[in-house]
Amino acid sequence: MKLLAALSGGVDSAVAAALAVEAGHEVTAVHLALSEAPEALRSGSRGCCSREDARDAARVADVLGIPFYVWDLAAQFREDVIDDFVAEYAAGRTPNPCLRCNEKVKFAAVLDRALALGFDAVVTGHHARLDNGVLSRSVDLQKDQSYVLAVLSPSQLAATVLPLGGITKDEVRRLARERGLGVADKADSHDICFIADGDTAGFLRTALGEQPGPVVDALSGAVVGHHDGAYGFTVGQRRGLKIDKQDGVPRYVLSIEPVSRTVTVGTQEALDVDTVRTGAPVWSSPRALPLACTVQLRAHGMVHDCTVTAMVTAGATAGATASGDGWELRLTDPARGVAPGQAAVLYDGDEVLGSATIREALLIG
Amino acid sequence: MAYLDHAASTPMLPEAIAAVADAMARAGNASSLHAAGRRARRTVEESREAVAAALGARPSEVLFTGGGTESDNLAVKGLYWARRSPSRTRVLASAVEHHAVLDAVEWLVAHEGATVTWLEVDRLGRVHPEVLEAAMGPDVALVTVMWANNEVGTVQPVVALAEVAHRHGVPFHTDAVQAVGQLPVDFAASGVDAMTITGHKFGGPLGVGALLLGREVAVTPLLHGGGQERDVRSGTFDTPALAGLAAAATLATQRQPIVATNLAALRDDLVRRVLAAVPSAVYNGDPVHRLPGNAHFSFPGCEGDSLLLLLDARGVEVSTGSACSSGVARPSHVLVAMGQDEETARSSLRFSLGHSSTPADVDALLEVLPGAVERARRVPVR
Repeated sequence: MKLLAALSGGVDSAVAAALAVEAGHEVTAVHLALSEAPEALRSGSRGCCSREDARDAARVADVLGIPFYVWDLAAQFREDVIDDFVAEYAAGRTPNPCLRCNEKVKFAAVLDRALALGFDAVVTGHHARLDNGVLSRSVDLQKDQSYVLAVLSPSQLAATVLPLGGITKDEVRRLARERGLGVADKADSHDICFIADGDTAGFLRTALGEQPGPVVDALSGAVVGHHDGAYGFTVGQRRGLKIDKQDGVPRYVLSIEPVSRTVTVGTQEALDVDTVRTGAPVWSSPRALPLACTVQLRAHGMVHDCTVTAMVTAGATAGATASGDGWELRLTDPARGVAPGQAAVLYDGDEVLGSATIREALLIG
Repeated sequence: MAYLDHAASTPMLPEAIAAVADAMARAGNASSLHAAGRRARRTVEESREAVAAALGARPSEVLFTGGGTESDNLAVKGLYWARRSPSRTRVLASAVEHHAVLDAVEWLVAHEGATVTWLEVDRLGRVHPEVLEAAMGPDVALVTVMWANNEVGTVQPVVALAEVAHRHGVPFHTDAVQAVGQLPVDFAASGVDAMTITGHKFGGPLGVGALLLGREVAVTPLLHGGGQERDVRSGTFDTPALAGLAAAATLATQRQPIVATNLAALRDDLVRRVLAAVPSAVYNGDPVHRLPGNAHFSFPGCEGDSLLLLLDARGVEVSTGSACSSGVARPSHVLVAMGQDEETARSSLRFSLGHSSTPADVDALLEVLPGAVERARRVPVR
């Protein structure tokens, strides 16, 4: 096959490209320039788009002897990932920018471009298995990225090659060393690539300005503190709440109401939810509803047994179960700290079934 | 494989390779006083004389440098610093200069109190002497306009422009990097005060060049140290590189008339065939005042990046014009200055021929170009 390898400058995408070359594919590499000011982004271990990463990616391509180009997708990345990230926090939700980047940039803009240029598929270094269009968890559960890939449609998955799903991160590093790839021992990237210092709250404060508001206790209804911006909080968060606790019991963020900027807090038990409602789903492996399966409600989160039913959006015409409708997930046992904006990803064992954005989470009992 | 990117770097002439290898086999610092030093010094000074003879300069007017970028920086910043006074801080530069001039000027503006007037070009990329005349004034420290443009190949009326500058008593620098070997270049006859050349554009080594600088022209140094080059440029003489530069300059200027004739014929054939194969293609630049090896097109509806990738995959090596260090393509400031919109500017490719080009290179291009254009049109525009 003619494959387009996305090289981030990290070890995973390097080994993925190497394996694709060794499997006999005709591989061309691209590095995505995602920052409008590359020098302003952190370099090395924490970033994904610094000048150093671009150089590392080029080095890998040259060692593998494959063509290498830089594609400037900074404007697209800003619009679809960074602006979306800020807007979601401003709306009181907790977005996952990696998921959005996969959905809108890596497996949309890049894939569309690759197919138009005559490539058969893109190859990436994500840790997930993809066999005959079936997406499932990596054998390395610590590194599994199926959660942020679940947003891909069957047609996107059909044009994707993930060579690393069957091997662990340690093996990836060993394969890189064996091939003389300089990135073999490069530190993993983590956190959010476009937030240079890892200070998400500071980044949002710069983007959104100070938006002070009250912190309200769910039990008493009393204002127990104030904050500089509701966007600094995520459902389930405990740290950073500067509030009076007369009873000495820890309080957690239960909900964020963006218009009145009200952050509601409560005790840990109040975080329990048993019902999750979502926006429109993307099915990677379509199933009929209702459906009994498991669901993961945040990146690196645990899985919960659940029953999925179709949820007809209020106002939709009677009897309509159009694809625009979301899911209602009834959890067998309550889950804690479910944040609107995160994805609900359905699994059958290790196999990914589909993904949808969480709109609300509640305790019905 | 077809190499159509001679304007980026052209293969070294065998005689230049031999001259470099020869000099590399001999030890010696040309500034040393013993026999080995004297031997090296003889090579350096013979190289200086050869470069001077090839380009119509006196040996004392040849300052060796580390290449085109250093020569441009030395000329622009050095002339500015030497002539700057509270009432003389303005730099006149064409809007289509190479980044080595462009960015040096912008640095002077940002850090050294300079102001700049960008000389506009016409649709063919030419700076008209009247435009320069209109921009002149008592506050001008220097004028810099390239001899020939690296992207679209347009040749500037350098002699007429230098005359305008001199009427106002202002020194004139020209970046002649693309011109040597393709056009007749005579430093003295051109009347310019400072001229940038670099070896790897005419069959010499990479990383070595010269600033030809009139004997009376004052320039403040960038690099301080041993003062090897008229106290304007310091650094141990790179004897082998200078020997290679001299060999290439001698041969390239000797062969220039015949090379230019052959290149122009080959280039005209390329242009005719590209326009026949891709009727929507737009031939950019000046059809008359042009480097003989340059052909530059816009392919509406395509991105130059896509075409480059598709041609590269088929063994045809071309350029979108100017790449920046990160490899991220920006719309060319040259095409934008010539009045093209950003989208058209992004749709451009440069084919550049050189001393080793053959009709087979043009055949190879035409074999794959129509298919590449057709495919590139399907790529979503960013």
